[in-house]
Amino acid sequence: MAQVRELRCRECERTYAVAPIHVCDFCFGPLEPVYDYDAIAASVSRAGIEAGPRTVWRYRALLPIGDDVERVDLGTGCTPLIKADNLARELGIKHLYLKNDMANPTHSFKDRVVTVALTAARAMGFTTVACASTGNLANSVAAHAARVGLRAFVFIPADLEEAKIITTAVYGANVVAVKGNYDQVNRLCSEIAQTRPWGFVNVNLRPFYSEGSKTLAFEVVEQMGWEAPEHIVVPAASGSLLTKVHRGLSELHRVGLLDAEPTTSIHIAQAEGCSPIVAAFRSGIDHIRPVKPQTIAKSLAIGNPADGYYAARVVRKTEGTAEAVTDDEIIAGIRLLASTEGLFTETAGGVTIASLKRMAAAGAFQDGGRVVALLTGMGLKTAEALSGRLGPTVEIQPDLEAFRQALDFLELEDDLREDKRP
Amino acid sequence: MSVRLKVPTQLRQLTGGAPELDVEAASIRELLEKVGGDHPELLERVLDEGGEIRRFVNLYVGDEDVRFLEGIDTPLKDGEVVVILPAVAGG
Repeated sequence: MAQVRELRCRECERTYAVAPIHVCDFCFGPLEPVYDYDAIAASVSRAGIEAGPRTVWRYRALLPIGDDVERVDLGTGCTPLIKADNLARELGIKHLYLKNDMANPTHSFKDRVVTVALTAARAMGFTTVACASTGNLANSVAAHAARVGLRAFVFIPADLEEAKIITTAVYGANVVAVKGNYDQVNRLCSEIAQTRPWGFVNVNLRPFYSEGSKTLAFEVVEQMGWEAPEHIVVPAASGSLLTKVHRGLSELHRVGLLDAEPTTSIHIAQAEGCSPIVAAFRSGIDHIRPVKPQTIAKSLAIGNPADGYYAARVVRKTEGTAEAVTDDEIIAGIRLLASTEGLFTETAGGVTIASLKRMAAAGAFQDGGRVVALLTGMGLKTAEALSGRLGPTVEIQPDLEAFRQALDFLELEDDLREDKRP
Repeated sequence: MSVRLKVPTQLRQLTGGAPELDVEAASIRELLEKVGGDHPELLERVLDEGGEIRRFVNLYVGDEDVRFLEGIDTPLKDGEVVVILPAVAGG
């Protein structure tokens, strides 16, 4: 792994040789890869990146994987950045963009972290990979493992949405449904990781895994013509994505790809039923009080977030804001996005849109700057959250008169008179 | 009462490699103080200067994180298992 010199503890700065380890032996702080930024700055360029593959690997200089390593790659990244004028008008936001990470191979941003983690796992010689997941990660680990013939063990809370279980099992992974919440699944995985020689992407491979999230920041900046937006709205579970988006922006400046130090405000979106990071931010201290999650946004239901402390600090440091939204607001957010922009996002995306709405109403974007909201996962996976709330507009017999009566019933005749035949 | 403390791999160099320690203790606090008598460095890694559980350390009694119980003052029953784990994982 050529680019990474060593791993360094984010807390006490002790350094470790590159290995499948994730916390400091002394303070248990998270380990992060250390890059030679001067060497990267000397070799990287906007033109070089633009000429690279249409995947996250165009940013390989800032990923913890050597150039000579064979990648585990399903074609992740370079997802659309969409100018969302309809939603912007609805919410009173001047310039709104949506980063559509539903367009990734397994339809969530998790493909970004997994392509990096499994590439590292294979290079290190692991034959079995594993993860604790709320669903999207399970999909992605199972798919990437299938692609390269690695054995996969995926641990999920047993009450996960059925679609997320099916879309994991289909790839042939061993799906272990654990009768407990995500935090309990996560604890179990931490214990298993101590006894088995497995590459747990979000335990012992976490320093490599989490770096993949930086590519969201890289892509947004490149797609905006190598400019950082004024605002990014990020949904948070463990807080890792939010923290790494911030790190990604800083690195672009550090290696000369951004002319100025980014001043992007990073805003955090959580579900009210699981909002320990928002609570820490609001309390003015960075101490995270773990909670027992109770929300339909299961992919964000982490009650004891590993990077919560850092995420709260990033929001404060960048002068971002924080919102926590109810289940009803999440559903309304999903429907608002779908009906204004034609994009169907999962419950986590509903959290993002509902929080975006609250932030706009509270004046968070009054500077008129560009706002980017991250849509991290797609709606079909959590369609059951909408069942009972959405269905056919009408149900009729198969004849014209029945249809005419239905239109009468819907009182649409006045609108329909405006229809023109082309 | 006798309880069992499970030591994570990161701290086993401080227990002479032992993955588990059996201790007579009626609370988390007593457990840590007793273990700290034999292995003072282990105590330092788990508790900060103010005697609070460190930010990046999770302590479990049975199925539950002690932060949901009475923290460092959580009482222990005979035969209970206490687990120390690094908090930074998952997500």
